[in-house]
Amino acid sequence: MIGKKKGFSDMIYFDNSATTKPYPEVVDSFVKVSNDFFGNPSSIHRLGVEAESLLAQARKQMSELLQVNPSEVYFTSGGTESNNLAIKGTALMYRNRGKHIITSAVEHASVREAYQQLKELGFRITVIPVDAEGRVSVTEIEDAICHDTILVSIMHVNNEVGTIQPIEEIGNMIKGYSKILFHVDFVQGIGKVALNIQKHHIDLCSISAHKFHGLKGTGVLVVREGVQISPLFSGGNQEWKLRSGTENVAGAVSMAKALRLTLQRYETKLRQISEIQGYLLKELKLLEDVVIHTPNSGRAPHIINFSVKGFRGEVFVHALEEKGLIVSTTSACSSKKKAVSHTILAMNVSKDVAESAIRLSLSYENTLEEANKAISIIKTTVTELREVMH
Amino acid sequence: MLNHIYLDHAATAPVHADVIETMAVVMKEQFGNPSSIHSFGRSARSIVDESRSKIAKSIGARTEEIIFTSGGTESDNLAILGVAKSYQKNGNHIITTMIEHHAVLHACKSLEKEGFEVTYLPVDEYGQISVEDFKKALRDETILVTIMFGNNEVGAVQPIKEIARLLEDHQAKFHTDAVQAFGLMDLNVTELGVDLLSVSAHKINGPKGIGFLYVKQNTALTPLSFGGEQERKRRAGTENVASIAGFAKAVEIASIDRAEKVEQFTELKKLLIKSLQSRDITFSVNGLLENSLPHVLNLSFPGTDVESMLVNLDMEGVAVSSGSACTAGSIDPSHVLVAMFGQESERVRNSIRFSFGLYNTKGQVERSAEVTAKIVNRLTR
Ligand SMILES: Cc1ncc(COP(=O)(O)O)c(C=O)c1O
Ligand SMILES: Cc1ncc(COP(=O)(O)O)c(C=O)c1O
Repeated sequence: MIGKKKGFSDMIYFDNSATTKPYPEVVDSFVKVSNDFFGNPSSIHRLGVEAESLLAQARKQMSELLQVNPSEVYFTSGGTESNNLAIKGTALMYRNRGKHIITSAVEHASVREAYQQLKELGFRITVIPVDAEGRVSVTEIEDAICHDTILVSIMHVNNEVGTIQPIEEIGNMIKGYSKILFHVDFVQGIGKVALNIQKHHIDLCSISAHKFHGLKGTGVLVVREGVQISPLFSGGNQEWKLRSGTENVAGAVSMAKALRLTLQRYETKLRQISEIQGYLLKELKLLEDVVIHTPNSGRAPHIINFSVKGFRGEVFVHALEEKGLIVSTTSACSSKKKAVSHTILAMNVSKDVAESAIRLSLSYENTLEEANKAISIIKTTVTELREVMH
Repeated sequence: MLNHIYLDHAATAPVHADVIETMAVVMKEQFGNPSSIHSFGRSARSIVDESRSKIAKSIGARTEEIIFTSGGTESDNLAILGVAKSYQKNGNHIITTMIEHHAVLHACKSLEKEGFEVTYLPVDEYGQISVEDFKKALRDETILVTIMFGNNEVGAVQPIKEIARLLEDHQAKFHTDAVQAFGLMDLNVTELGVDLLSVSAHKINGPKGIGFLYVKQNTALTPLSFGGEQERKRRAGTENVASIAGFAKAVEIASIDRAEKVEQFTELKKLLIKSLQSRDITFSVNGLLENSLPHVLNLSFPGTDVESMLVNLDMEGVAVSSGSACTAGSIDPSHVLVAMFGQESERVRNSIRFSFGLYNTKGQVERSAEVTAKIVNRLTR
């Protein structure tokens, strides 16, 4: 890098909820499989059989790590596709049984937007509000259930503020309604907050590899045994007809590798990441005019969302970047259109304050030293921006 | 893989070393989310932009007319379902052919269930549709015509330009599946006159799980999935930056010496036929040698059966296929050969596809002919 600009390696990357850096081992797996096992898993010759067995192995590993059966793991092109497949796939499969769906006010765009099209097809969507901590109430969900409800879709960890939803309770409640499927967007929670898909009666569960140091363009939808949904698109009938298209074998193998490494770190580094988060929250609370949006309890260990009143989020983000700290305003998908975080608005925070929100998001690779530095960068930046404004 | 001869490039092609290298660098150094506003995001965004522009140029399209997808299957479905849903107010009739890839056929079948009417054009014994049939099938309420450029099983190339001309003053949108043709045939969307065109990277020595759909500007297209505002709101999901970069690299590699490659594969085709002839084997070509994709050769060996042929060839280290790789596992009779010769024809059960690619040599082809002849002799004795 030229001049004073910092190189990427000097930067503190606190935007791991937008995307993470693939682990070196993940890249190595990708390279090795692409080089040595390029066959089409549907081909019946040796190269095809080898590719198919690698794919089966990746599926088995994913299933063990997710504690489900291999036949319940469907490879997709990422979290967005998994969410759309779960929601539209359920809606199209059961539209004759019912046209009512329940969701929350704080879902990711790939869930929210999927409903727009379903509304045009005559579906009714009940959006459950959240409390000041960004959490839904199980009773409100149960009260919203109608005779023709076919799906409840609630995210696990919110991507903007880190609130954990009461998935276990919701699952236990829905268990009593045999005709309702339960979908969980597990994209932000995986590897950070444990979730037992089987025990919590989750029928459909979405994950995306690039959020846990795997590769972009790879994800999984878990579809529990016995649950039937319609495909989004069709063709060569791969993935038990639910998801056609030549399989991304190297991507799937890399995803299994990434998840294994992430869950190992969950075992060894969860305390460290929680400590870093605790430290950041403690220090941020000391700042003047600060509002913390991340809840005090029931939160994921990697997300910290706060506003410094009076600063526009983007201005703050750019100023921090100048000093080597990479953070974001809201979720990456909507940061382009400069929208205000809809999660924070749903938490009943005023628009002004919501417009100032910024998110720090950690990975197991971040250190307490980085957090120290980040705090001092944030402090200096706040002081400097205040001076400019006065 | 010593002594292994790979003649199944129409199923998938080896990933080029430079493609893998390009991707690994992006994964390590430009891993940001292109939607992020910071430098990591902008650096990833620039990769996507540059790649899109390279790829657009390769077919004479504008940058904003390229939508990245997860592959050929998604591109075909997005084109067909997307156009059908956007234009259903103008009519409910669709024209396609009997020999399309399943990604197209199944998309059409799913539309039939929703009340669309689909005409499946027949083909002659060479796998060619007739323009007369097409004219007869075309109606005022036709909203979509989807005809593949070159067939993946027998290589037959369809009269795309001619059909485009017939549609010049018609409301119907014209889609072509160019998954097999891209990289070898001259594909300029303006000259061809198509509105939509599908391509998949893994057929041109790129990675699996990435493709694109060309969509001519001002063509309405209902997305398959919704979410973020990526790909101009036509295809949501965090962009697969490394694969997009690898795809662009593969396109670049494919464009080098394209004419030579066409000539080389055509030579290999002729060589395989000649070598088999010189061994006194009875066989015939399914399809024509002219007007066909240079890398695809489908041969019928009377008295053999496809399963034993494939198994024996595989044991001898020659990887070929029965046609489409996609009919996962089972060898169902090929719908393409059935369309050409009828359900009862022997050829439906005794044909195999050889398809050539980047690293094939004359020596490999001669050796394959020798092995094939040996097996045919054994099976027909
Ligand atoms: C909660 C949540 N769901 C879904 C997604 C979409 O996943 P992908 O980027 O793989 O399409 C994301 C991230 O963008 C997310 O944070
Ligand atoms: C003509 C044709 N169309 C579409 C496809 C599907 O592409 P993909 O495998 O990338 O989904 C293929 C290959 O499988 C093909 O040969």
